[in-house]
Amino acid sequence: MERLEILKTYKIYIGGQFPRTESGRYYVVSDKKGNPLANVCLSSRKDARNAVVAARKAFGSWSEKTAFNRGQILYRIAEMLESRKEQFVAELIKQGSMQKAAVKEVELSIDRIVYYAGWADKYQQISSSVNPVSSSHFNFSVLEPMGVVGVLCPQNSSLIGLVSTIIPVITGGNTVVALASEVLPLCAITFAEVLNSSDVTGGVVNLLTGTQKEVVTTLASHMDVNALVGSTQDLNSFSESAVDNLKRLIPFDADWMKVEAQGLHFVSDVQEVKTTWHPIENIGGATSSY
Amino acid sequence: MKSKKTESSTSWLYSPSPESTSHIHLKESYDLYINGKWEKPTSGRYFDSINPANEKHLAKIAHADQADIDKAVKAARKAYDTVWSKLPGSERAKYIYRIARIMQERARELAVIETLDGGKPIRESRDIDIPLACNHFFYYAGWADKLEYAFPTRKVEALGVAGQIIPWNFPLLMAAWKIAPALATGNTVVLKPAETTSLTALKLAEIIHDAGLPPGVVNIVTGYGDTGAAIVNHPDINKIAFTGSTNVGKIIQKSIAGTSKKATLELGGKSANIIFEDAPIDQAVEGIVNGIFFNQGHVCCAGSRLYVQESVAEKVIQKLKDRIQTLYVGDPLDKNTDIGAINSKEQLQTIDKYIKIGIKEGAEMYQPTCVLPKKGFYCPPTLFTNVAQSNLIVQEEIFGPVLTVQTFRTVDEVIQKANNTPFGLAAGVWTDKGSRIFNLTTKLRAGVVWANTYNKFDPSSPFGGYKESGFGREGGVHGLNAYVKLS
Repeated sequence: MERLEILKTYKIYIGGQFPRTESGRYYVVSDKKGNPLANVCLSSRKDARNAVVAARKAFGSWSEKTAFNRGQILYRIAEMLESRKEQFVAELIKQGSMQKAAVKEVELSIDRIVYYAGWADKYQQISSSVNPVSSSHFNFSVLEPMGVVGVLCPQNSSLIGLVSTIIPVITGGNTVVALASEVLPLCAITFAEVLNSSDVTGGVVNLLTGTQKEVVTTLASHMDVNALVGSTQDLNSFSESAVDNLKRLIPFDADWMKVEAQGLHFVSDVQEVKTTWHPIENIGGATSSY
Repeated sequence: MKSKKTESSTSWLYSPSPESTSHIHLKESYDLYINGKWEKPTSGRYFDSINPANEKHLAKIAHADQADIDKAVKAARKAYDTVWSKLPGSERAKYIYRIARIMQERARELAVIETLDGGKPIRESRDIDIPLACNHFFYYAGWADKLEYAFPTRKVEALGVAGQIIPWNFPLLMAAWKIAPALATGNTVVLKPAETTSLTALKLAEIIHDAGLPPGVVNIVTGYGDTGAAIVNHPDINKIAFTGSTNVGKIIQKSIAGTSKKATLELGGKSANIIFEDAPIDQAVEGIVNGIFFNQGHVCCAGSRLYVQESVAEKVIQKLKDRIQTLYVGDPLDKNTDIGAINSKEQLQTIDKYIKIGIKEGAEMYQPTCVLPKKGFYCPPTLFTNVAQSNLIVQEEIFGPVLTVQTFRTVDEVIQKANNTPFGLAAGVWTDKGSRIFNLTTKLRAGVVWANTYNKFDPSSPFGGYKESGFGREGGVHGLNAYVKLS
């Protein structure tokens, strides 16, 4: 007798936990032929708000981790993804990818995470400055994370788009509430399992499934979300409600399957610049020529 | 705590020492500087600019409307397409250097006009505003042919036409902060000064004209909020740079939402100035005074929330009261004046409103005994003690010489209190301990943090806020970002 397969329940990921949506609602994701693949959580406004609370709570410890440590944790994500490569390939094929394209997408995703892992302790060196002011001060500007960032994952991919938009944002010490592609959400939840097993503290990345209309509207008007990341087109639909707390709207536009669709600016664009004026003692007449 | 009046305040009187205005030439009326020419406003309307120190009329200023803005944007677009975008960076640099040099040559004249028009003490306009404005042009001039070093591996292009709207607190300096980086990166400009302080921007138009800039590269249009709105909503503007209140910033952000216009907003603040018990107290008291009373408190990054460690609170507050008693409030043109005139009647009303709210909220007010001039708009330096974090005067930006004083015990407590605001522009930390400075500066969510100093600015030093204090930076290499398209 053939063994009966155990089907996977796709849940959302908030604060390091895998709850179902508090609303109890779901929507059906189907393959190209119309066969149902999964009942996916239709996240509510309340789920989005819970995710923001979790992300805010995680922000302090994540942003204060040493850059080196963040790099190591990111590298660990890549390791975990590598070890579950087959699962992601299968899931992509289920959602309509061809075998070759699926393998390429997963491998590129792993490589991209490794790429950003390397940036974790380097972007600051490239992007900060020591400013030669005309007074007796040591004046320098460094990047600091913006805080809680809402990420609108690209609709047209299940894995690479999600990885390419979330990873650079957390590389820079931000925490994230991300909404997966509505039509291709399966890899998002499986990726959450990867995150959960790779030393990323709960709450650093929160993943929701559902509609932009419901989830992103909530994030855009939420007073404790500091920035939104997404395609220019997606951001434009929410730019008006983002005004109330002057949310930063940061466009991430690229063809993510391209090898070159990565770079320092995806990290540094989601950063604030802080300038410090530190006093320098200036007494006595000794000069460097002594 | 009763204040004890210091001897010095009553026994020392300075003789008046007014700066001469004899070398100042103001026209009776000023038109709009569009496409390298002085154009009359389409509507034929002009408004009065007055000296807030004595309410005397200074000049008539053109009120630009939508038709004028359209002309200015067309001129800027044409200058961008035909001349400015085609010029090598090294040539753009030379034009900007020229502007800086002519400004330096005419610095005293600019300082006097700035003080006449805006009410700020001549000492400040002479020693701070105008030199910094010149230096800003000097600094950014040098970037014009070096942009590839600022953005390695990326293609750098100008955005096009920048619409720039600036406030009345640092009129010429803000014009410099806006125009210099825009020109260095290859953009052309339509700039609107605030309605109460148009004169130095118009003088800058003269200087830009004398520097021989191609017509249309910089256009200066004067007017009120409706003029600004016409700039913001003009379809052929690529970039809006605004400095002003958070409320207007939000209106601007709403009106350009969903368009391709890029924006940088430099908005309000309610910055914390934090005094630890080991701070050099006398120096800190000077810093508190400079933090809140500089430019009558019309400073977006003013240190308007004072936090003093409990163990030294009594001493600091007493010294602060004594120091305030010695401040000279009066004629801005007098070189002895510490606090000049409030910029406008409207602003004075706003400040008075908040002072009344403070009293009503139960805070304890202290003002020095001083005689204010009969004509003009003045407000004595004002201190509120016994305030709570939730008081309106602690939460909202007053934009005047009004300081709230709170105390704290621990480092964690003061970090929490300092960060408990929707704003995030600046902060000050006073302590003798270097490691504590870095601990504080790391944890304060603000764009600029001063340690053992306050209200210092420099063209090489990026300035700008977190949270509702706006976004984008002005100054330094980071200030170039606001005016470039990268690919």
